[in-house]
Amino acid sequence: MVDAVAKPPREPGSVKRFIERYPFLPALAIMLLLLALNGIWQPRSVSLVGITGLVKTYMALMLLAVAQTYVVYAGDIDLSAGAIVSLVNVVIVAAMAAMGDSGFSVIAAMAIGLGVGLACGLVNGVVVATFRLQAIVATFATSIFFTGLALWIMPVAGTPAPATFWRAYGGRILEIPFVFWAAAVLALILYLLARTRLALQLLAVGDDAQGAYQSGLPVTAIRMRGYALCGLFAALAAFCVTGDTASGDPLVGGKMTLFSVAAVVLGGSALAGGYGTVVGSVFGALIIGLINSLVYFVGTPSEWQNLVQGLAILVALMAGILVGRRARS
Amino acid sequence: MSRLLDLARQPLLVALALIVVLLIVGELLSPGFASPTQIMRLLIVAALLGIVAAGQNLVILGGREGIDLSVGGVVSLSAIIAGNLMNGQDAGIPLAILGCIATGALFGLANGLGVTLLRIPPLVMTLGMLGVLQGLLVVIRQGIPSGRAAPGLSQFVTQPFLFGLPGIIWLWVAIGLLLAFLLSRTVYGYRVYAIGSNEQAARMAGVPVAAMRVSLFVLSGVFAAIAGICLLGYSGSSFANVGEQYMLPSIIAVVFGGTSLAGGKGGYTGTMAGAMMLTVLQGILTTVNIDESGRQMIFGATLLLLMLFYGRGRAMRA
Repeated sequence: MVDAVAKPPREPGSVKRFIERYPFLPALAIMLLLLALNGIWQPRSVSLVGITGLVKTYMALMLLAVAQTYVVYAGDIDLSAGAIVSLVNVVIVAAMAAMGDSGFSVIAAMAIGLGVGLACGLVNGVVVATFRLQAIVATFATSIFFTGLALWIMPVAGTPAPATFWRAYGGRILEIPFVFWAAAVLALILYLLARTRLALQLLAVGDDAQGAYQSGLPVTAIRMRGYALCGLFAALAAFCVTGDTASGDPLVGGKMTLFSVAAVVLGGSALAGGYGTVVGSVFGALIIGLINSLVYFVGTPSEWQNLVQGLAILVALMAGILVGRRARS
Repeated sequence: MSRLLDLARQPLLVALALIVVLLIVGELLSPGFASPTQIMRLLIVAALLGIVAAGQNLVILGGREGIDLSVGGVVSLSAIIAGNLMNGQDAGIPLAILGCIATGALFGLANGLGVTLLRIPPLVMTLGMLGVLQGLLVVIRQGIPSGRAAPGLSQFVTQPFLFGLPGIIWLWVAIGLLLAFLLSRTVYGYRVYAIGSNEQAARMAGVPVAAMRVSLFVLSGVFAAIAGICLLGYSGSSFANVGEQYMLPSIIAVVFGGTSLAGGKGGYTGTMAGAMMLTVLQGILTTVNIDESGRQMIFGATLLLLMLFYGRGRAMRA
């Protein structure tokens, strides 16, 4: 103990320092490795068409992982994220079905969808931050409620989305696939959000809620805003799900919740809060997508695919945490 | 008055009172809800959840954000393994029990080692393990039929055994007594609370923290496996992902029982009441004549309302 005080703090290695500054680097490395492996086994998967397909399918998970990241920043978690996706999905499909197939109806439905996502996020914020219920169980309870609402709006899956909507999602603007435009806009939004005070405040609350409170931060309001942001991004994820599946399904997002948590962890963010990046979560979602496609490309028999995917994700989760911790220790 | 308020802060009493209230509400909504046969049926269903929640409870008590999301997967896996090992024959029951418990212990061990040796957060470790279990279930389902429960097992779970109550309820009571004894009267129990409330202090006091934590995850796997066997007896044959319905409810039962998710505080008796409460609530919702959407909305809203009675975090103070 004594000599630890006497010695000057050891200079960490440059690699370590780099990872500490950019926590998503291990995720980026894993992602590039997986991309290369995908390319080796199926050269077409790294072509423009292949990448477009990957982004088109996993855009929703990327957005939901981003959504999850903002609550994880503050040390919270949202187990209702997938249920919000389902709810917004059926709301916008029902709204577009009611208003007819036109550009105006699509835009109006998306505005309604964002409102619903925001409202769900605020409900979560109220129960977790204002009522101070434990996030895991409280957001599980709200997820049941949101799923009930989704079932009330659309009892069975199958109502088609209007062609304007999914044609736009799968289409091209100026010869560039729409999803890349969406990804570019997303990148810009994330960049701007990362520069706001809110991102820093969420991280401060996650790092040390008591300390944040004592230094004058409105902790309850900040956590609430984290959930609101989560609801909004879950709504965006729902738009992508709707564009990809072209229909409404009251249970479509349920399975996505735990994958969004996994993506956040894969991206190098700490579930305990106070440390992480949204970019990492985007990479995390792509890692999950690339693992799934790689397992398929290497010719795993169909009944074994889920098991191999599960094992690969478990290994990636563990590797990510170990590398991240070594970098920070 | 303050004495009364103190009583209202006892989670076990709150849970028991809420069970009575819910039973009365159920009886009012549909006469016959609180009849002895119905209550026994509810007890059987509660026992299944309660046994899963026993392991969950131990892991949560052990602290360091202890949680086991893989219990649902172990329940499903155990049900399918038991169904195949006994395949409708009473003679196969002992082997099935052994096989299932070994499987549950193995997955619990893997979780425990990941959490202690590699220091992976329990939520992440068990989430990853859940994915592995779900994949494993797909593989098993392709290769072999789902298997059937032995008549002896079905009888144990559904037919009266002693004082008119089926064996599973006695098993649940036995587990409750065992855990109450273990947690309050043995060194092992003290150590669970010690590592749950202050791991550093426990380590300095000579508690083998890592071994303790691994043992809690192993027990969680074992309890989930036992619940899986009983679930097979309840439904006759196993079907895909039967266990999934237990993952988060097992955590809610623990919370309703007054155990703090932060660890080190609580016990299993409350969790038993919590499991019963959840089951009665679900029972009411399936009895009343509303469609699935309304049922889910009411269920979610009631859960939130009930949570207000429990473990709210402390308000921030400067």
